[in-house]
Amino acid sequence: MNPANHMGFIVASYAAAVAVVGVLVAWVTLDYRTQRSRLADLEMRGVTRRSAPARSERSIEQAKEEA
Amino acid sequence: MAIADLANPTRFLKFANRTIPWLSGLTVIVFAYGIDQAMLAPDDYQQGATVKIMFLHVPSAWLGMLGWGVMSVAALGTLVWRHPLADVAAKAAAPIGAAFTLLCLVTGSLWGRPEWGTYWVWDARLTSELVLLLLYLGVIALWRTVEDPSRAARAAAILTLVGAVDLPIIKFSVDWWNTLHQGSSVFRVGGSTIDSSILVPLFIMAAAFTLLFFTLHLAAMRNEILRRRVRTLRLMQASAVS
Repeated sequence: MNPANHMGFIVASYAAAVAVVGVLVAWVTLDYRTQRSRLADLEMRGVTRRSAPARSERSIEQAKEEA
Repeated sequence: MAIADLANPTRFLKFANRTIPWLSGLTVIVFAYGIDQAMLAPDDYQQGATVKIMFLHVPSAWLGMLGWGVMSVAALGTLVWRHPLADVAAKAAAPIGAAFTLLCLVTGSLWGRPEWGTYWVWDARLTSELVLLLLYLGVIALWRTVEDPSRAARAAAILTLVGAVDLPIIKFSVDWWNTLHQGSSVFRVGGSTIDSSILVPLFIMAAAFTLLFFTLHLAAMRNEILRRRVRTLRLMQASAVS
């Protein structure tokens, strides 16, 4: 068995794994940023949960910057 | 912090925020070690270098099934205890489990071509694995179709528990039917048939993939909790305007 003949299949498998893991990590990271940004936007407009602790202007600014 | 405390979404978010960076770091370290060991592992006496595909294919297959297992437990939490965090866990696990099932099918296909001479055959193991992917896609579609999360959760939970029948079929398909896919070689009565020089790197890669699964799952659950908060706030805003 000549390993060189099959190197393409091995490389393709590892490339597929990198692609799938990359897409998953990107999806989770971008989704987190999106939700944080939406929450910060709502809080800036004064829409907050009743159970949420009162936030100072400084913490709202900080949340906006982080988002 | 007691396990029961994590049932509270706010406490769960604090736990996730603290845990995710550590889990991510540990995942990277175990992956680096696992890939190093996998590359140093000797070629198989029959399959040659293509055995390196096994270090991706087998953990992906396990995690595809683990994902559905997590969803099945969460489905019980939804239907029996009606706990919203169970809905969140199930919804967050579906895309991750689907991705690993897809990776299992792709790497299996790329492994099959040099070993069997074909990318695909409709044998019981391959077909039941494809059914698992279709079930994942069905559940994801269901979550996206029903707008109310609690209604979607109940429908998805029922489909998940029905779909759990596929897990033993995947596991035992190679025993129940004649398949081109090889029989069990890791977890079997009488011990593994794989030499330790290949088995140890396989277990390290499986540990790395499992850590990755739980890191991604925790992060996706955090996102889902935040998404529900956004939805609630928007509904509050809309009702205040009207």
